[in-house]
Amino acid sequence: MTDALLSVRNLRVEFPTRRGVLTAIDDVSFDIMPGEVLGVVGESGAGKSLTGAAIIGLLEPPGRIAGGEILLKGQRIDNLGAEAMRRIRGKRIGMVFQDPLTSLNPLYTVAQQLIETIRTHADISEAEARKRAVALLDRVGIPAAKRRIDDYPHHFSGGMRQRVVIALALCAEPELVIADEPTTALDVSVQSQIIDLIKEICAERGAAVMLITHDMGVIAETADRVAVLYSGRMAEIGPVTQVITAPEHPYTVGLMGSIPTLTQDHARLVAIPGAMPRLNAIPQGCPFNPRCEHAFDRCFAERPEPLRRGDRRRVACWLYDEVSTVEQEKANV
Amino acid sequence: MSDALLKIENLTRYFDVSKPWLNRMLEREEKQFLTAVADVSFEIKRGETFALVGESGSGKSTIAKMVVGLIGASEGTITFDGHNMTGTAGAEMRDLRRRFQMIFQDPFASLNPRWRVGDIIAEPIHTFGLLKGAQVTNRVGELLDTVGLSAKDAEKFPHEFSGGQRQRIAIARALSSKPEFIVCDEPTSALDVSVQAQILNLMKDLQDEMGLTYLFISHDLSVVRHMANRIGVLYLGSLVEVADGKKLFSEPQHPYTRMLLDAVPDLALSGRRRKPVEGEIPNPINPPSGCAFHPRCPLVMPRCKVDPPHRVETPTGYAACFALEKQPA
Ligand SMILES: Nc1ncnc2c1ncn2[C@@H]1O[C@H](COP(=O)(O)OP(=O)(O)OP(=O)(O)O)[C@@H](O)[C@H]1O
Ligand SMILES: Nc1ncnc2c1ncn2[C@@H]1O[C@H](COP(=O)(O)OP(=O)(O)O)[C@@H](O)[C@H]1O
Ligand code: SF4
Ligand code: SF4
Ligand SMILES: [Mg+2]
Ligand SMILES: [Mg+2]
Repeated sequence: MTDALLSVRNLRVEFPTRRGVLTAIDDVSFDIMPGEVLGVVGESGAGKSLTGAAIIGLLEPPGRIAGGEILLKGQRIDNLGAEAMRRIRGKRIGMVFQDPLTSLNPLYTVAQQLIETIRTHADISEAEARKRAVALLDRVGIPAAKRRIDDYPHHFSGGMRQRVVIALALCAEPELVIADEPTTALDVSVQSQIIDLIKEICAERGAAVMLITHDMGVIAETADRVAVLYSGRMAEIGPVTQVITAPEHPYTVGLMGSIPTLTQDHARLVAIPGAMPRLNAIPQGCPFNPRCEHAFDRCFAERPEPLRRGDRRRVACWLYDEVSTVEQEKANV
Repeated sequence: MSDALLKIENLTRYFDVSKPWLNRMLEREEKQFLTAVADVSFEIKRGETFALVGESGSGKSTIAKMVVGLIGASEGTITFDGHNMTGTAGAEMRDLRRRFQMIFQDPFASLNPRWRVGDIIAEPIHTFGLLKGAQVTNRVGELLDTVGLSAKDAEKFPHEFSGGQRQRIAIARALSSKPEFIVCDEPTSALDVSVQAQILNLMKDLQDEMGLTYLFISHDLSVVRHMANRIGVLYLGSLVEVADGKKLFSEPQHPYTRMLLDAVPDLALSGRRRKPVEGEIPNPINPPSGCAFHPRCPLVMPRCKVDPPHRVETPTGYAACFALEKQPA
């Protein structure tokens, strides 16, 4: 466990408002190993983006980390000053967001932006940096990179812009890339190109990826492990194949049943009744209890702990409590 | 075919996307037109779900808007139950209008925020003078019940509901004039998957109960596969292939359909190595000559760059592609 690249421990993110404090992320813990692709899924408002923003120190005030810690190679980064955090972003953690234009400055050419970023993090000449920038654009699949590098962002199509952003996120050779819905704004035929690119190029450079998406299909084809968020809590985390083929948390089970597939026929989909609660109306106990067909007394009183299921999986559901205690006892003998 | 409820023939829509007159004069530019929909023909049979899929900008919403009369067609005809929609007016048109409705993608924008839900749902009833007084209230209550809400919700305002519930309200409104045909433009694209499943199930149930016919528009291939009897694939405004529902997926014919299917990430965990997808959708203002797909097509031939391909029969429906034309024996 100590060799994790990134460790998020008991993360809690709050928004103080006039009507009281809203807890948007509550007690979320996970690790990312070097070179690993961790998928983070959940429906809109589940807390995916906030988790990413908390890690890179970009929570918008009044949002704040109210508990827990975040460690990069064993060193805490959640309590660093703004300047130190800025150096980690870009150098050690690269970022790719849904809208490529949030990462690109419309007033500068792609060359200017890439060269500046490269030179902030490496002590090389402008000419050398330009060479690297062209090679990188070439690698992310920009045709005629040598010429196009002097264009402005708005001269590129949506898919090409996202390629430029990936180049920008990777140009300082970061250890971790956080990609928040990197393909949601793109067309299906371009989506797969971008996902493949992120995956290949990070593998090539040994960078780990935290891939945030609401699309289970993307996770299935890309991630090694997946974390399922619900109402700011971790419902389930484990290897992708296990979570997709044998989901255990009732929310994950419902989620998988509600997705139509390209190969199986269903007259009806398994729909989960109701909707995810708003932050000011998260029920006591298990946040999924109003929608859960298995809910029993304990679910309304006590919040389920993430329970170990095998050595790589955790599920926050009381249904698994007995089983896991028995297993834990066995392990301790 | 006589059982066609809706017949679209050679439907085309141009948009004038020229710069303002003065700029054009100063910059010496010609007027510019964008062909959003190009010579599209298909039929929808009574009681079936016909789906249109395509990537952003392929012309799905433009077709939907022409079908319900929100915008006019530049060329071509739309025939609803034997009536040519372009040539109909007055009382006859009013009666036709009652018989088809539309559901939009964005349940937040499509409901008037200042109106109570009951009034929103009753609007088509009033427009077409279908019921009066207490009958209206009763009907609204029934409709709310039908879509899984409660009669009491009629008093509330749209902002008091979640996205999925608002889409239920939009469906209740669409049903209130007792239509036979509903155009659904990305009805679940703004919803989370668990809520999307509720709405898709509701739409299927309503179709079974009321014998509705749907034109169902989506960019999501797996949703379309789940919902449709027949599917049309659009690329840059052209209908490239029409096929029976599941067969489009098991036996795709057109090179673009194949590419699209290859590109979709799937849950099957097949570990399949996807064929890399070539290129991006070109600018619709200056689309490629001949077959608009030719710059990305693995089967491209010299004539594809010159002539637009015509529709040919395929084992699963029809498609527009030179590579699918039977070689003369
Ligand atoms: N009012 C308009 N003026 C100019 N161009 C338009 C107009 N409406 C649509 N277009 C253009 O027509 C083409 C087809 O647009 P349409 O909205 O039908 O696409 P769509 O398939 O519904 O896409 P999406 O998946 O993004 O909803 C696009 O290139 C679009 O930019
Ligand atoms: N600035 C903010 N003020 C108050 N609540 C916020 C703010 N930003 C996000 N939230 C809330 O936090 C929750 C998680 O948001 P987010 O991480 O963006 O979700 P996701 O990315 O999973 O869709 C949501 O309920 C959202 O409304
Ligand atoms: S803890 Fe209870 S309510 Fe929550 S998911 Fe498990 S069974 Fe359902
Ligand atoms: S007509 Fe030619 S370019 Fe177009 S899809 Fe067929 S083979 Fe490809
Ligand atoms: Mg988000
Ligand atoms: Mg549209």
